[in-house]
Amino acid sequence: MSAINPKLQGLLNWVDERFPLTSNWKAHLSEYYAPKNFNFWYFFGSLAMLVLALQILTGIFLTMHFKPDASLNASGVPVAFASVEYIMRDVPWGWLIRYMHSTGASAFFVVVYMHMFRGMLYGSYRKPRELIWLFGMMIFLALMAEAFFGYLLPWGQMSYWGAQVIVNLFSAIPLIGPDLSVWLRGDYVVGDATLNRFFAFHVIAVPFVLVGLVAAHILALHEVGSNNPDGIEIKKKKDANGIPLDGIAFHPYYSVKDIVGVVVFLAAFSVVVFFMPEFGGYFLEYNNFFPADPLQTPPHIAPVWYFTPYYSILRAVTFPLFGIDAKFWGVVAMGASVVIIALLPWLDRSPVKSIRYRGPLYKGFLAVFIVSFFILGYLGMLGPTPVRTIVSQICSVIYFAFFLLMPIYSSLDKCQPEPDRVTFK
Amino acid sequence: MKKILIALLCAPVLAFAAGAELHLDKAPDRANDMPALQRGAQVFVNYCLNCHSASYMRYNRLKDLDLTDAQIKDNLMFAAEKVGEPMRIAMQRADAKAWFGAAPPDLTVIARARASEFGSGADWLYTYLRSFYRDEARPTGWNNVVFANVGMPHALWQLQGDQILGEDHRLKLVKPGKLAAAEYDALVGDLVGFLKYMGEPMSELRKRLGVIVLIALSIIFVFAYALKREYWKDVH
Repeated sequence: MSAINPKLQGLLNWVDERFPLTSNWKAHLSEYYAPKNFNFWYFFGSLAMLVLALQILTGIFLTMHFKPDASLNASGVPVAFASVEYIMRDVPWGWLIRYMHSTGASAFFVVVYMHMFRGMLYGSYRKPRELIWLFGMMIFLALMAEAFFGYLLPWGQMSYWGAQVIVNLFSAIPLIGPDLSVWLRGDYVVGDATLNRFFAFHVIAVPFVLVGLVAAHILALHEVGSNNPDGIEIKKKKDANGIPLDGIAFHPYYSVKDIVGVVVFLAAFSVVVFFMPEFGGYFLEYNNFFPADPLQTPPHIAPVWYFTPYYSILRAVTFPLFGIDAKFWGVVAMGASVVIIALLPWLDRSPVKSIRYRGPLYKGFLAVFIVSFFILGYLGMLGPTPVRTIVSQICSVIYFAFFLLMPIYSSLDKCQPEPDRVTFK
Repeated sequence: MKKILIALLCAPVLAFAAGAELHLDKAPDRANDMPALQRGAQVFVNYCLNCHSASYMRYNRLKDLDLTDAQIKDNLMFAAEKVGEPMRIAMQRADAKAWFGAAPPDLTVIARARASEFGSGADWLYTYLRSFYRDEARPTGWNNVVFANVGMPHALWQLQGDQILGEDHRLKLVKPGKLAAAEYDALVGDLVGFLKYMGEPMSELRKRLGVIVLIALSIIFVFAYALKREYWKDVH
């Protein structure tokens, strides 16, 4: 900002005397020093922001034509379902906006899972970044809620019965359960009241929370500085001006690098949007092209792929305990499987942060955990059989063992010494 | 550790071995074949659009199939006044439910809804429409191999003729219809091609546009990557 037109500089000064524009620009972009050794895994944070922006933008335009109305139109089709097809056919470019939104939902989970896995690889959740991790977990929970509420809106068979199954889970809670699920639905079955309230949650309540949490996530990050693939603190080695020796300004270095990531991401995103918007039934489930029918339960109800690992854990609990039926403990296990991720900063006792310097124990546990996570995800899409239930029970035990045994194996592990400075070729 | 990994990797093979099979015939590809799609539209409005609506589909959208408004009005529009109206039917849903046991579903997106792990929605429809057989136990006198105890009678029976289900669980044509077997298959192929088109009328545009978008993104990538390289020269 040195060689700037004097008149513009005058305007900037005028603004700066009234609003912290330049100081914020510097604090968060041009003088925010990020480690120079970010690798592939570090693209997904900025990509998650991009997808959030895309979802909000496309969502605004969908809201202009979508009608959250479960009543039947003249042809006997629910108005909500018909309004989605109206968007697909009669709204100019409506199909593109809708496919971007439906693909964006899955893309959001892809980039967020990659982003979370990055944190696990390099110990990004470790001190002093515990709050960044907790804000991130709250974002993940809000995202799950957002996806769940949004999935009801097209009012197809899977929308309807998926919501029915999930809301019914609350009825497993002893004493208050049945009343609670009626209160959540606003009716005795999923109906118009449910559709309207889910619409309200989906388009304003949860996005509002989501954007606030993202701001908190980034503020916390910029307070302590970014971790890096070596898991060492660049702030420990500074030059005479107080700038980390291994740090580079986020802008322009990472802004131009992230643009490359954005272009590659958009290319992959476009392949799905333009050539395979249903993604083989994983992004848009086939059965959801049937309008919701409260009188006809589909033979097989499966959540969308991003929920299936937790759904498998829910179904893996098949035995009652302490006189309360299995369903309740399934719900508890499912909830615990998500919440336990938030405890990582306190479960990990390793002297090093990054996978690069960890020993074989952690690497082995992480590998088995990831394999189990994928198997749980896959099984969650299929109907249960006795063999599948046993496999998902084994994988659920591994899932929890990864977390619960971490204080033991992470401190026993034979780690390598961390370098003084980051590795940069 | 390795043993656990191997056991875990093998587990899915066991877990996924079970499951019922549904064998579907591959539907012929009629995408961009305008004469075939026009014939499919003609079969659709003549045979299907009496009980089934296609209420998200407007008649004048058929201009996608190289037809003019006048051609659509004169040849394909029996149940509407204006060419911009959607393909609705006169039958009341309550009546239909009383007569058939279930109201016939709207068919606009049926080719998308019927897709499954066994094949595309078009494959399902193509097989289904060729799998009706005589069954006196059913109220309509018809049953179907793909959709057991279906409420719908065989609407195209005059064209196909009567099939029966043999002891060997194979369908056998016992009374020929107006069309030879190959002609009937071709006609069903056209109809299913039309249903597939109607399920997603913009699908061809979508693919054409996708190519342009990907080319544009590749060009942008070259510049974005060059820009990144230029800036990162300073980073050592």
